[in-house]
Amino acid sequence: MSSKLAKIEKRTAYLLILPSVLLVFSIILFPIFSNIWISFKNVELKDLRIPEPRAKKLVKSIKENPNQIKVIYKLRNSSLTQEITDVKFKDKYPDNIEPISLNNKCQFKSNLLKCELGNWPKKYRENLEIVFQNTNNQEIFKKELKSYKPKLSGKSQNILLTYEFTLNNFKKVIKDKAFIDLLSTTFYYTFFGTIGAIVFGILAAQMVNQKFFGRTFMRSVLLFPYVAPVVALAYTWELLLDPTSGTLNNLLINYQIIDGPINLLGQKYVTLNIFGFDFKLRLALTTVIIFEIWRYFPLAFLFILARLQAIPKELYEAADVDGANPIQKFLNITLPQILAVISILFMIRFIWNFNKFEDIFLLTGGASGTRTLPINVYQQGFSIGDIGMGSAVSIVIVVFLLIFMFIYFKLLGKRADEN
Amino acid sequence: MKIKNIFTYCFISSLFLFSLICIWKILVTLQGIELTNFNFNKLFIFGIILCVINLLVGNKLNLNIKIILLAFLFSIFDYFISTNLPIWYSFGIFLISLFFFNNIKDYDKNFLSKNHSSQKLFFNFLTLFGITLFSFVILFPFYMMLVTSFKTQALLLLNPLDFSINFAQGLPELFKSYFIVFKDYNFGRYMLTSTIVSLGTVIITLIFAIPAAYAVARLNFFGKNFLSTSILIIYLFPAIVLVIPLYTIFSQLGLRNSIEGLLIVYTATTLPVAIYMLQGYFKSIPKELEEAGIIDGQNWLGIIFKIILPLSLPAISSVALYVFMIAWNEFLFSLMFLDRPNTFTLSRAIQFLNVGAETPRQYLMAGSVVVTLPILIIFVYFEKYLVSGLTAGSVKG
Repeated sequence: MSSKLAKIEKRTAYLLILPSVLLVFSIILFPIFSNIWISFKNVELKDLRIPEPRAKKLVKSIKENPNQIKVIYKLRNSSLTQEITDVKFKDKYPDNIEPISLNNKCQFKSNLLKCELGNWPKKYRENLEIVFQNTNNQEIFKKELKSYKPKLSGKSQNILLTYEFTLNNFKKVIKDKAFIDLLSTTFYYTFFGTIGAIVFGILAAQMVNQKFFGRTFMRSVLLFPYVAPVVALAYTWELLLDPTSGTLNNLLINYQIIDGPINLLGQKYVTLNIFGFDFKLRLALTTVIIFEIWRYFPLAFLFILARLQAIPKELYEAADVDGANPIQKFLNITLPQILAVISILFMIRFIWNFNKFEDIFLLTGGASGTRTLPINVYQQGFSIGDIGMGSAVSIVIVVFLLIFMFIYFKLLGKRADEN
Repeated sequence: MKIKNIFTYCFISSLFLFSLICIWKILVTLQGIELTNFNFNKLFIFGIILCVINLLVGNKLNLNIKIILLAFLFSIFDYFISTNLPIWYSFGIFLISLFFFNNIKDYDKNFLSKNHSSQKLFFNFLTLFGITLFSFVILFPFYMMLVTSFKTQALLLLNPLDFSINFAQGLPELFKSYFIVFKDYNFGRYMLTSTIVSLGTVIITLIFAIPAAYAVARLNFFGKNFLSTSILIIYLFPAIVLVIPLYTIFSQLGLRNSIEGLLIVYTATTLPVAIYMLQGYFKSIPKELEEAGIIDGQNWLGIIFKIILPLSLPAISSVALYVFMIAWNEFLFSLMFLDRPNTFTLSRAIQFLNVGAETPRQYLMAGSVVVTLPILIIFVYFEKYLVSGLTAGSVKG
């Protein structure tokens, strides 16, 4: 009896999870695996269009003989790169009409014109002309003839489904001189974006954890950048930072803090002079990181605040009795309590910043030294149009991601063991 | 009373006052009023003097009178060192200094003679300073977004710092950018698309996720543990690695430029987190309730609909709001999949506006307000639910 119940339970469970599993499998897991497939192929954006045989139908009356009419099909292969094989043609005609002569490819049977047009090479163009006559001496309506559309079908090789593979994409990715720069930019962006967001998150959480007027309102406001759509925020920042008409530059010039406008998003390097040493700071990248911090520190804030509110008050009271100062209290009570949250937060944010695409894409489009791996996926795949290359870069991202995840789950498991 | 404490007190207080004044001055400058100097030296020194006076007066005067007097003194001083400024500017200075002196009224000789008082003071001011600075830095872009949408390109070129809103021109003229954005740029249509896509994603996600989450939370089956860990792992895979294969598959299937295609992708990407969040909540519902349902002769469907769903409405609403937010804000897939304006979502439409021919910035900002405002209103109104959604789903973002 119980085994029967267990069986029913099992079957119900599979029934309940099946739709979700199928959907997630086809939209998330299957693409990740097909990435591997595509990355070993030489595919370009223009290859994705499946070649189609096309025919444009023209109907012309013949002046000398009103009982006859000429139909011209302008045939062409839509693809500039691929052949179509075994093209079949079909068109319908009204009752009282028949062709005068037909070439051997075509047949006319019960109002249907059928042709076997064979193979069409790439860029193929040809006209097929057929003269028709009426069988009952009535006028031929051109409009009626035109209203039927010819139907064509053909076979073409789908470049995605062939078994031709190449290692060229990966060779190109790794041999690219900019690859090291790409990696370092990505890590620079990820690391500082993550650290910055966490530091500001801690500061904000410390602040909001105290009692003051308008505290709940403050908490909502702090989450605004995270909740609002990235498109709107990125363009607002772009306008604010614009070198000629941007508010920030104009304000700084107005208050004589700087002499001329600074192109914060368009300048790759800026040389800073600190204690007589020249430092080359990557300006655009730094600006993008600041945007990143601005947008994502609310998340760290939310996590850390939740943890802070769970710290027992007695700990602080005991510290007060011992005469500890605020810094000591922070270092000896608060920090150890939030360290666990911070390490998990760091890993999660690190993984996500590593894959961040929208922010940089909208702010700089990857120009002036802000090209990270995700931006490179887009540029290779869609700007240059080399889908195979884009996929290969995606694979590089996935490999890094798997490494990070491995570390993350190790960490998580360790944490679970400790508790 | 320690010299060090007094020194920190004066220095930090005055610096804080000055930074408040700076923020106020920046805001005033953006109203098109010519103001080119922060007057750091004069204001800072006078601030120190007033702080010392505050200390010396102590409790000898009624505290409220003391605050008002000091604030008044400060405003008068500021009024004399700056010229040709409107009266509301000085009034703002007065209010700010009122706030400031109200905050330092409790610092007297007794307080400053205690141990650690300079550190305490420092942190008190750091908190105050942090709150003002954080609010300013966060709200400033939103503020600029809003005011830019009320200006015109010509006026902004004339004076790029004048963001004052001219109410005298009448409402139709004031909201002109919004009319144009909705009429000429078809934003009504995009808004409808965005709403349909977001609501559709919420509904489909819930239909898929609730049964699956229930199964993961309650039923025993082979592969359950594997499934619940893989949910998290799948969730960590970013959109950027899915984009190329999905693009190739969708363009060959003819699913690009269709709302259906977008719905499928959005649902699939939000499904793992929805299941993850819901199963956590379902586990917290006492099992006895379900057992009672089984005794009453309910089948699984009945248990889900009559017992689980009504009990977990808060969790479901936070999942729904979170998914709605993700779908409404989503950009990457809408950029990849939509290139015909008749299927644009709001985010994609704004990007199209920016990339296309020189669109005047007030239209761009009006569009941005249109896409931002609904989500902020929803956020403020349902904050409780959304925050719990954010915390649970925050591994992604």
